[in-house]
Amino acid sequence: MVRRPSARAYVGQWVFLLVVLAVGGLLVSELADNLARRNMHFGFGFLFAQAGFDIPFHLISWSIFDTYGRALLVSLLNTILVSAMGVVAATLLGLVVGVMRLSVNWLIRNIALAFIEFVRNTPQLVQIIFWYLAVLQTLPSPRQSIVIPGGLLLNIRGLYVPDVVMRADGSLLTWLACFILAATPFVWRLRLRGRRLGAKALVLPVIAAGLLAAGIEQVEFPSLTGFNITGGTQVPPELVALWAGLSIYAAAFIAEIVRSAIEAVPSGQAEAARSLGLRSGQVLFLIVLPQAVRMMVPQLTSQYLNLIKSTTLGAAVAYPEIFQIFAGTVMNQAGKEVETIVIVMAIFLTINLLFSAFMNWYNRHVALVER
Amino acid sequence: MLRQVTRFMTCCAVVAGMVGFAGASRAQEVKSATLDAIKKRGQLVCGVDTGIPGFAFQDSAGKWQGLDVAYCQAIATAILGDPAKVKYVGTTSKVRFSVLQSGEIDVLIRDSTHTLTRNTELGLAYGGLNFFTGEAFMVKKALNVAHAKELNGATICVLTGTTLELNIADFGRANNIKINTLLFEKPEEAFAAAEAGRCDGYTDDGGSVAAARSAMKNPKDWIILPELISREFLGAYTRQGDERWTILVNWVHYAMLEAEVLGITKANVEKIKGETKDPETRSFLGLEANFGKQLGVDNAWAYNIVKAVGNYGENYDTYFGPLELPRGWNNLYTKGGLQYPLPWR
Repeated sequence: MVRRPSARAYVGQWVFLLVVLAVGGLLVSELADNLARRNMHFGFGFLFAQAGFDIPFHLISWSIFDTYGRALLVSLLNTILVSAMGVVAATLLGLVVGVMRLSVNWLIRNIALAFIEFVRNTPQLVQIIFWYLAVLQTLPSPRQSIVIPGGLLLNIRGLYVPDVVMRADGSLLTWLACFILAATPFVWRLRLRGRRLGAKALVLPVIAAGLLAAGIEQVEFPSLTGFNITGGTQVPPELVALWAGLSIYAAAFIAEIVRSAIEAVPSGQAEAARSLGLRSGQVLFLIVLPQAVRMMVPQLTSQYLNLIKSTTLGAAVAYPEIFQIFAGTVMNQAGKEVETIVIVMAIFLTINLLFSAFMNWYNRHVALVER
Repeated sequence: MLRQVTRFMTCCAVVAGMVGFAGASRAQEVKSATLDAIKKRGQLVCGVDTGIPGFAFQDSAGKWQGLDVAYCQAIATAILGDPAKVKYVGTTSKVRFSVLQSGEIDVLIRDSTHTLTRNTELGLAYGGLNFFTGEAFMVKKALNVAHAKELNGATICVLTGTTLELNIADFGRANNIKINTLLFEKPEEAFAAAEAGRCDGYTDDGGSVAAARSAMKNPKDWIILPELISREFLGAYTRQGDERWTILVNWVHYAMLEAEVLGITKANVEKIKGETKDPETRSFLGLEANFGKQLGVDNAWAYNIVKAVGNYGENYDTYFGPLELPRGWNNLYTKGGLQYPLPWR
């Protein structure tokens, strides 16, 4: 019937695809049946319904009159915030520890080794809860807040930073300042009479800062009223604990990646640099690390993706990220299990695909161009 | 090539077989699929709390204890005649309904409030109310708070995915105050945060707040505010679409209450069964009438329940007595409470 091997393989693949689709379709229809049997309906209309609950930490405004859809946005921003903070901190810490691991100093080398082995071999959830309880146990109650110069207050409820209240008519100034800041790198590269402007472009951020300062109406300092601190912006201990737990855990893995990548750079490179008279810091930052980065990027990507996914552990320490708020509270209050989980999975998939697309772009950017 | 084709055909056959099986099992569904499954399995799978004194907790020997646990045992006794034939599944407030809907458990008895949304949107059925309470607050004595309305600006630890979250927001709105919440998934972590002072207090249903206070390092440092800001009627949940099973779960609850109304306890049930001439008692114990048969279980089911687990009041005293939680609304209707068994007819 089918003689040529290629055609045979073709038919096989198509039939396999059809079977996969059929099984998928069967699962979906089974889901619809099961929902119908319990008088439940599949749909995303609930996103427009009023939520009616409070979200303890939000970057954009939130009230109990807002919709489930906005709750999704608020919790998504919280997830992105802690992910971004985690990626940056894990990279810096991992770089430091990875370099320490290769130090000629016995103590430094072994401190790094002990750190890596300890962190890599204990569960991440336990670490996050440990940091949370450690943070909570050491800080004083709101009434005995530690006063930090500059109007900052630190207590068990978090770190309170003075709030800057902008003038109502100051938003134009703010936008102008943002625009100027964004333009700075381009101006830096601009050529005037054949010469780059370079460091002269740094005058622009100063102007931007001036514009921002002109838009300030008043600075609101945090102070104790009743039970809690009011005024100012709160950095909650939940965020700090989750951040610490995520970035320290990822840093231990990143340190090993950094170490192996540095060791993979041919030793002749460092030797040649030294014989040219470069100092050891210059050897590391100008010769070894730029070559090591090429080898690190693919592995770093998977660590970053892990870190982003692990933000869902924040639910254990009351950090209102997307899994806790949307796949927790909203799922229960709206009674939309399947829909909320589908949305959360789709969001994580999108974030991670975008992130890895960026990392792939970066990888191509730093990769050795071979001719 | 032939081998590939055969392998492929086998795959198709397996898939087709699975599909056929799924279809057939649905067609066979009789009046109570859940009840049949339990009898066949020889075990009830009961969803309970992960650990809250009073309702469901594991003692030092790892044995499950509590009022909700007693209900699991009573249902197992009614169907299988043995209170030990229960598999307990600890569920968090967040996943409890999903676990029930997916069929992992037969019944959910997890100090869960009955609400309109849960009966409609979540597709859950009503399995009897075993605990009448309301949302209460527990705060540190040192804060000198006497009433819930004085909590403006306070931070309160709450469990996520509960009616409590909504009540607290509505209460703040109605009284024009702002109560901050901190959402936890498990009571243990919420207790630890309250203990450390991250929150000014903890809120939950009256019974659970009493339990929370008993779990604090020094319970005397905490007071429970007098106001109940909501009605929380806790009880068993079953899936919709299996009415006979829901009815049985309901009547197990009424059996626990009826025993107390009739004055039958774990200790005297044997004696009463031998001596009684009271027609109501005789039909309750299965000596007359066929109530058990109508429910699809052994006719002596109520007798078995009382013999193995005891009546409602006995269990309440055992599990909530140590928490110093007065019976209040949970007393029998004859004693000024709200617990009222439907007529045994």
